[in-house]
Amino acid sequence: MTAPILAGSFLTCPTPLAGDRVLLGHGSGGKLSAALLKERFLPHLANPALLRLGDAAVVPVEGAQIAISTDTFVVSPLEFPGGNIGTLAIHGTLNDLAMMGARPLYLSAGFVLEEGLPLDVLERVVEAMGRTSKATNVPLVTGDTKVVERGKADGLFINTTGVGLMDPGFQPAPDCARPGDVVLVSSPLGRHGMAIMAVREGLAFETTIESDTASLVPLVDTLRSALGNQLHVLRDPTRGGLASTLNEIAAASGVGIELDEPAIPVPSDVAAACEMLGLDPLYVANEGVLAAMVSESCLEAALTCLRAHPLGRSAVAIGRVVAQHPALVVLRTYLGGTRIVDLLPGDQLPRIC
Amino acid sequence: MKYLTEYRDASVARGLIARIRELATHRWVLMEVCGGQTHTIVRQGLDQLLGDSVEMIHGPGCPVCVTPLEQIDKALRLAADPSVIFTSFGDMLRVPGSECDLLQIRARGGEVRVVYSPLDALEIAIRNPNNQVVFFAVGFETTAPANAMAVWRARELGVGNFSILVSHVTVPPAITAILTAPDNRVQGFLAAGHVCTVMGWTEYEPIAARYRVPIIVTGFEPLDIIEGIYLAVRQLEAGRYEVENQYVRSVRREGTPPARNLVAEVFRLVNRQWRGIGEIPASGLALREEFADFDAECRFGLESIQVSEPAECRAGDVLRGKLKPFECPAFGKHCTPEHPLGAPMVSSEGACAAYYNYGRFRQAQEIEV
Repeated sequence: MTAPILAGSFLTCPTPLAGDRVLLGHGSGGKLSAALLKERFLPHLANPALLRLGDAAVVPVEGAQIAISTDTFVVSPLEFPGGNIGTLAIHGTLNDLAMMGARPLYLSAGFVLEEGLPLDVLERVVEAMGRTSKATNVPLVTGDTKVVERGKADGLFINTTGVGLMDPGFQPAPDCARPGDVVLVSSPLGRHGMAIMAVREGLAFETTIESDTASLVPLVDTLRSALGNQLHVLRDPTRGGLASTLNEIAAASGVGIELDEPAIPVPSDVAAACEMLGLDPLYVANEGVLAAMVSESCLEAALTCLRAHPLGRSAVAIGRVVAQHPALVVLRTYLGGTRIVDLLPGDQLPRIC
Repeated sequence: MKYLTEYRDASVARGLIARIRELATHRWVLMEVCGGQTHTIVRQGLDQLLGDSVEMIHGPGCPVCVTPLEQIDKALRLAADPSVIFTSFGDMLRVPGSECDLLQIRARGGEVRVVYSPLDALEIAIRNPNNQVVFFAVGFETTAPANAMAVWRARELGVGNFSILVSHVTVPPAITAILTAPDNRVQGFLAAGHVCTVMGWTEYEPIAARYRVPIIVTGFEPLDIIEGIYLAVRQLEAGRYEVENQYVRSVRREGTPPARNLVAEVFRLVNRQWRGIGEIPASGLALREEFADFDAECRFGLESIQVSEPAECRAGDVLRGKLKPFECPAFGKHCTPEHPLGAPMVSSEGACAAYYNYGRFRQAQEIEV
């Protein structure tokens, strides 16, 4: 049995290796994503508000400071243990605003629907969005829908934009980490990414890993009132995981970060799934975790107020900010060795064996 | 999952390392054969903790790294064919071929899918009868049984649109090649625990005896590796050279006979090129004549391709343990995980990538000191 002769013209490989097309890795939140932003977007779009490259832009309006954030959700599968694309879309944008210290006020949503999407799936997604928006007290005030032909989208894409009000007494930013700060996380890592992977790969574990998708607004509210500007940096380590987020902070602030591997909380089911799939939980996405950098004197206050809320009851310090090795995140291993926790070049690729 | 933390216990590890340092009267040179072991060693900083007692040389057991450029180029050609769904383990996707990699083929419209098992690839073939489905069958003896099983089942089920592009290699000939090299420094080996889970260790016994080297069948967790090193050093200090099994929870002397038998039924031994090393006699597996229908090279009439490695890449010296990754002039400069010159910079099991990802900081510290 023979197959057709391999088509020559369809695929002559490009040189150099850098490539002339968008790769999936450009969306991974690692080095390729950063290069895409820097080389293809910023040259045309740069302005002072954009160039801060925060989770949201902060702009002055009539004497107030407004935060604006937008995010697009393309998750597959659309529904997964712990939530669906709708809950993710609301939480994601609320969290982006909250990480700037803003109080979210209003949301918008744009939907790209693929021909053939079951209406009951759409119903469940929109119902979840309504429920989430009500629960967080941030109304979705405008929206848009478009339908594309079958095959032109993966069921359903959602874009959400949020507007929030900044508080002058609370302005955490990625470039504000200072040597001596303590790094803490509000809850265990890796649950969202592994919940999605488990569904995609059809993996069954002893327990079902549920996505951690949640609004971090209540946690940020308590941190705002307890710490104010003693809290220097606030980020939610979504795409690219904690490792990518900390690398961005280290680079933006010109500081080094030292992590203590045994202190980093990873649920045992997530750790098991990562082992099995050959992935590193530090690079796995979270949707309900915040990472903060606070002055050492405020650490207890920060942990106390986080732990008082169900979302933050496992909050824990995992490392510190140092003046040495600027822009480098270094991890002290279980056994006392050290290694660099770098940005990934692209998507995390599972190992062979 | 049990046994995830038990083999990472820091106090047990420190105790064993102290015993190794006490035991070693001079600096022994050991090679861990498998890329998974390299990954653990560099990731956990084990080589740092061993101090002067042992030098670890990282062996050629990263399947991604030793898959010859010619096979990568064949994979790229197949993946580019519009009629083909090309399936592969994840970390083959970024391995540079002569001109591009599988990720770029995918961006240009080629259908390339990551699977965790060749049986998943067979499923894809059954569900897509109008496409040819090819699985990139790379790896050591560890992945051979599953690949053999996929082919065997494809024949049982009469799945005519499934084939595999084979680039299998085996460990014992590589160990022999290292030991017979004129400039060999390796005095003992940590054999790959998962390979031995399949094959057992009888084929290592004549090597240990003939070349007078201890060979320790070793697992992949930090404590496994430290214990493996301890057993090797104990033998070296006592002047013994035997095969010893550290990985008792997984490996028996005879291996796993059903898996071995299946591999023997489906594959035959052939000479095989190792990327960066060259041809090693009887070191590869190819499909037997009875299964030739499932050999992608036959099915697609792939002829041998003339290839040449980038001259700057010293992967061969790294894979033979002659050069530490950071001693290569291109390391971290022209050669990074984003723009790898050679395969060891691609896979997280590759020695160059392991050092780049986990070891640069230590390297910088050592230079400062």
